[in-house]
Amino acid sequence: MIRYVATRLWQSALTLVLASIVVFVGVRALPGDPALAMAGEEATPAQLAIVRAQLGLDQSVPHQYFAFLGKLLHGDFGNSTRTGTPVTDLIATTLPVTLWLSAYAIVVAVIVGIVFGVIAERFRGRWPEWITNGFALIGLSVPNFWLGILAILYLAVTLGWFPASGYVDVVANPLKGLYYLTLPAVILGTSLAAVIMRQTRASMIETMKTDYVRTANAKGLGAGRVLFRYGLRNSLIVVVTIVGLQLGGLISGAVVTERIFALPGFGKLTLDAVFTRDYPVIQAVVLVITLSYIVINLAVDILYSVVNPKIRVGGSN
Amino acid sequence: MQQDAETPRDVEAGSGGTTQGTERTNRRSILQVRNLEVSFGPASSPVLHNVSFDLRAGERVAIVGQSGSGKSTTIGAILRLLPGSGRISKGQILLDGDDLAAMSESRMRSIRGRRIGLVPQDPMSNLNPSMKVGAQIADALAANGLRGGADIKRRTVELMSEAGIPDAQRRYGQYPHEFSGGMRQRVLIAIALAGEPELLIADEPTSALDVTVQRQILNHLQTLVDARGTSLLFVTHDLGLAADRTDRIIVMSEGRIVEVGTPAQILLAPQEEYTQRLVAAAPSVAATAAATVAPSSSVPAAVLNTGAPRQVAVEPILCVRNLRKEFRLRGQRGSLVTAVDDVSFTVARGTTTAIVGESGSGKTTVARMILGLENPTGGEALIEGKSITGSNASDRRGLRRRVQPVFQDPYGSLDPTFSIERLIDEPLRIFKVGGKQSRLQRVAELLDQVALPRTVAQRRPNELSGGQRQRVAIARALALEPELIICDEAVSALDVLVQDQILSLLADLQQRLGLTYLFITHDLAVVRQIAHNVVVMKSGKVIENGDVDQVFLAPQDDYTKELLGAIPGAAFAS
Repeated sequence: MIRYVATRLWQSALTLVLASIVVFVGVRALPGDPALAMAGEEATPAQLAIVRAQLGLDQSVPHQYFAFLGKLLHGDFGNSTRTGTPVTDLIATTLPVTLWLSAYAIVVAVIVGIVFGVIAERFRGRWPEWITNGFALIGLSVPNFWLGILAILYLAVTLGWFPASGYVDVVANPLKGLYYLTLPAVILGTSLAAVIMRQTRASMIETMKTDYVRTANAKGLGAGRVLFRYGLRNSLIVVVTIVGLQLGGLISGAVVTERIFALPGFGKLTLDAVFTRDYPVIQAVVLVITLSYIVINLAVDILYSVVNPKIRVGGSN
Repeated sequence: MQQDAETPRDVEAGSGGTTQGTERTNRRSILQVRNLEVSFGPASSPVLHNVSFDLRAGERVAIVGQSGSGKSTTIGAILRLLPGSGRISKGQILLDGDDLAAMSESRMRSIRGRRIGLVPQDPMSNLNPSMKVGAQIADALAANGLRGGADIKRRTVELMSEAGIPDAQRRYGQYPHEFSGGMRQRVLIAIALAGEPELLIADEPTSALDVTVQRQILNHLQTLVDARGTSLLFVTHDLGLAADRTDRIIVMSEGRIVEVGTPAQILLAPQEEYTQRLVAAAPSVAATAAATVAPSSSVPAAVLNTGAPRQVAVEPILCVRNLRKEFRLRGQRGSLVTAVDDVSFTVARGTTTAIVGESGSGKTTVARMILGLENPTGGEALIEGKSITGSNASDRRGLRRRVQPVFQDPYGSLDPTFSIERLIDEPLRIFKVGGKQSRLQRVAELLDQVALPRTVAQRRPNELSGGQRQRVAIARALALEPELIICDEAVSALDVLVQDQILSLLADLQQRLGLTYLFITHDLAVVRQIAHNVVVMKSGKVIENGDVDQVFLAPQDDYTKELLGAIPGAAFAS
């Protein structure tokens, strides 16, 4: 297991370096000039040159990259070209918002998805399945932003059950914080919930047909125990894999959701940075997103081996 | 070819079997099945017709039949665990007077495990892969009313030890994938006995296991059942096994009971035509019969051998010399497993040599090396003096033409998206034999040779039964007019009657085309039926090698004796 984790960590580090190179070269290939954005439309060529020199943009790209890497190793992402704020500060204030939002969305999606999936399997061909299938269809086909707007209109504005926008720090005020995040989390989690539901349903249908479920029934076990310990547990192996693959999409989904609900999160930071060609921020944002993908995948792999004892590396043979 | 059909045919309701008197007639009946009829789907015709039989306390009864005969459906009905849309459409299943067919599902749950235990068929698929084996047995105990974690654990370990699992205390916390097939079957037996049921249903409990392991487990099961006075309903396709293990045999075919009787009645004086055919085809019974009576006696099985020349042919077509194969164990640097260890034998042209051994004996690895699918670590396998792996590309092509395989699984070895014509034609196309028209003509000839109607050419594998598919696989192997055919467990997945037909076909083809067979099998009965020479393998080594009659009548090695002794049905041979 230790060797496995070591290998995975080494691969992750390599992925990060490669991602940093791609994004570094990538942003510089984009049309647009951060110096122009900073100095203003009326700036003279001389002024622009000064700004460029300040930002280090007059150097060659490899030179700039190694300077960036050197600072990065000290935990320094540089300063935003737009506001001058240290990028690390920007990330520290916006990332928690997105993490809370994503975590909340995952929890909602997993619970709703699995419960609906089990219902759909248990009531195959009857009305509860039609309802859950309907939810899944909506979750998969209606875009997030449209659902978000509908939710704000009806649940927030008309009914007044939830706030339409805004963010309260979850750590400082957990109840109010989560309350403010509920609507965005539900909207963000919808498509994931739909995927989980369909996957759970399909996988449960297969599992409930297996020999070991029949044997469990032949033991005289109660229906619930057969369903959960024998059916659901083995179905989750597939579900976990799918969820892992889908989580990446959650982060890009968060960009849109944060925009709709005016949440001061990572998504908003990303969008603003891209529009203003804020190179240091874009680089940092991409690296953080890459890192989160890596962490999520690692977590899924570890979770997978918990659910499925067969692939536990170097098991207790 | 009708016997090849995998699905039960609908026949008119036959007469229900009546229970014959046995030495246990004076005991009370605990299970009475009355005019049982099972249907699938709402409007379809039934797959079980009028099945009636009794099971007395402490009695052991076997249900024998081929796949599709309705034997598994019968036990599914008794347990009320019919797959899919299956339902009991008529009749009664009385357990001590209570009708299981009409019972509510929740009451049924209190019957299962506690009063009727099930030892299922396939040990590999019947344990929950994500749950420790101890917990799975404990589950059964808890469902049957045992309370208290410590008590349950103690009883679980006890049950595991009773079922013959060594070191139960430690193995309690292991997962199913850490157990061998035989050990998993023991776990399943422990589960079935956890509720101390009065009736135990064993559904082909050992058909997936090697013959010596099978014997150990069945002996053990019998001891446990006898000690408890449990009644046993034993479902099997193996007539010899049924005869060895039970007091009474119920023969089923196409959803109805054909004949009921004691093992002696069924095996020695079968009344119905179907039973007679089944007895004649049962390789295990026939093989031991041949072995105990006389080498040249014409018991049914020997019929196959009459055509092929018995004397040792002069020129060997295949010569295996000091063949050796080592596999590196994954994740453990430097540790090697020797799968094949210094194996040497020769196969004479026009004869059949069987390599027999249990799983893990290295017999398949030998076959793969001869076919050039695996590189030997040492030694060589020479086909007419040339080795596939040691030759240059053009020689190799030539050799591949001369050696063709037929594999075990007729479902997995045919591409499901190809038509039968294309499947048989494929080797011809690869070796660019003839033009399109002549190739099609050849496919038709090949279908004739394997006794398949020419009309199957346009069908796809999934429309064919297992036996028909194996005929297609043979036709494909024959397409290039090979001299040596390597059959890797080519008949082990088939029902006895179908198996018999395929073996006859192979013998017939050998006679007509002068083919040489290398027959890889775990089934000594099949060896007896088809082979001239036999190579017995164990743990990668050749244990014994010689003429079939010699090996069967005067085995030299203890392991060979053990294998021969484990063939079921020996008692009814003479």
